[in-house]
Amino acid sequence: MMLIPGRSSKQGTSLNAGKLKEEYQAVTSTIEMNESTMRKLGLSAGDRVRLSCTTGKVEVECGKPRKDEDLPDGMIFIPYGPSSSELMESDTAGSGMPMSKQMMVDVECLGAK
Amino acid sequence: MSETKTPEAAKDEPNIRIVEDATCTFCGCVCDDMELTVDLDANRITKAKNACVLGRAWFLQHGIEDHPQAMIDGREVPLEEAMDEAARILHEAKFPITYGLSDSPCEAQRVAVAINDLVLGNIDTTTSVCHGPSGIAFQGVGESTSTLGEVKNRADLVIYWGGNPAESHPRHFTRYTVTPKGRYIPNGKKDRYVVLIDVRKTPSAPVADQLIRVKPGRDFELLWALRALVRGRDVDPDIEKITGVSREVLDELVERMKNCNFGVLFFGMGLTMTRGRHFNSGALLALATDLNKYTHFVAKPVRGHGNVTGADNVVSWQTGYPFGVNFHRGYPRFNPGEYTTVDLLARGDADAALMIATDPASNFPKRAIEHLKKIPVISLDAKPTYTSRQARVAFMVATYGINTGGTVYRMDDVPITLRPAFDSPFPTDEEVLTGIHTRLKKLRANGRKKAA
Ligand code: SF4
Repeated sequence: MMLIPGRSSKQGTSLNAGKLKEEYQAVTSTIEMNESTMRKLGLSAGDRVRLSCTTGKVEVECGKPRKDEDLPDGMIFIPYGPSSSELMESDTAGSGMPMSKQMMVDVECLGAK
Repeated sequence: MSETKTPEAAKDEPNIRIVEDATCTFCGCVCDDMELTVDLDANRITKAKNACVLGRAWFLQHGIEDHPQAMIDGREVPLEEAMDEAARILHEAKFPITYGLSDSPCEAQRVAVAINDLVLGNIDTTTSVCHGPSGIAFQGVGESTSTLGEVKNRADLVIYWGGNPAESHPRHFTRYTVTPKGRYIPNGKKDRYVVLIDVRKTPSAPVADQLIRVKPGRDFELLWALRALVRGRDVDPDIEKITGVSREVLDELVERMKNCNFGVLFFGMGLTMTRGRHFNSGALLALATDLNKYTHFVAKPVRGHGNVTGADNVVSWQTGYPFGVNFHRGYPRFNPGEYTTVDLLARGDADAALMIATDPASNFPKRAIEHLKKIPVISLDAKPTYTSRQARVAFMVATYGINTGGTVYRMDDVPITLRPAFDSPFPTDEEVLTGIHTRLKKLRANGRKKAA
């Protein structure tokens, strides 16, 4: 599936409280998918999920489902943070910029918390 | 202007100061119309009039951290001792790198460049992992540009591509681009047409008159098709299958772009962080240039950090290049992919790092972070971060715009002066960097490093 890290309001406000604080850590390890994708994967809000790719793997929490028209099928959104960095490839293709959006990841459901 | 209330006026209140026209430096909008209410007894801002949700969090959550000014290996030390150690590390390193700078005022950025000139180091800013690809594209394609003031007063077509200002730059719409009334836009939003181009429906969508959903990774194809249509060429009949956007929508958008009075393309990291990077930004800049055959059209990157634009400006005017600059040979060289920080760390080139107002230990790729753990790191930050926690030398500095003055550049390259709200017990990053620079000059006088 395709992982798209990005900014969110909560990520921005919790950043001000401090990166080492719980709120920032919770916000940046919560993913969003659309209703159909979550249904297909048998996921509900609050479930634990493991995202992995050749670079690394992280455990995150599944957030509330987004409407199908808001997020395409098979796409995962996550606010920027330590979890998205863990999966980021360091190759920049000679540009200085690692591929920080549109990362292909495997998704494994770990069940409820 | 700031004023401190007289004791009579503030009888029942604590010691209050009102700071008018203060500047928020949380994002690249750098809004300079803040009215801050400061409780001087508690060293806190209690009200930030005109701030958005992010700006409010920036001001109201800011307190004076209970933290030492300087630490070496996690142990509190006097400031002078930490500066000595930082200078020693940079002096002895073979390949010292400096990174960050986008949350420091220009005055501090200038000293960081001077340090690198002296130690024959490598200086790079967070631009390399946000709009660095656009910086590369500017050099290749050029930029049709304007200030946000011109957009406010003239733009009747506003297109956002790969950005979500509602969450990243909440006042971009309300202060500059969509709702404000301008000289030639007397009715504000009613006189503008707003288009949002993105892979997902973001919280910015309700502001737009039209949302165009592009397939992930197909921005370049979509931009190139628009360029072809603007020039009257035909495009692949399968364009909808390729980009997710129908030919009718494309034709309508092209007509709208050619027939507006003043169009602007704002672009975000949806373009620069995805496959294609500088080719995506370059295609968008070229589209804006093409459109100038028909009307007035400009393109502007939407910049993230408060003074990332200042970092580009300062590093450019001092070295000739905007980021990823290496001094090893005694003169500046620019080569993204070689002298950019993610690459330098992932390849294991750097043997010491000066990290200024940035947290690569949390937001860089894992491989780069692993190397960072192996080398001595000097960090300057206003809050404890993952990077400061693992730094050999960690300085806690005053927050720019809240505790210090200085100059920052808004995302449209307009310089703005900061008005601090209250004092901080921490030194400014300019003071710390100047202290390190002075020590380095002395160390250098005893044995100058030879250029490679
Ligand atoms: S838009 Fe940006 S600069 Fe303006 S108040 Fe909000 S966070 Fe601060």
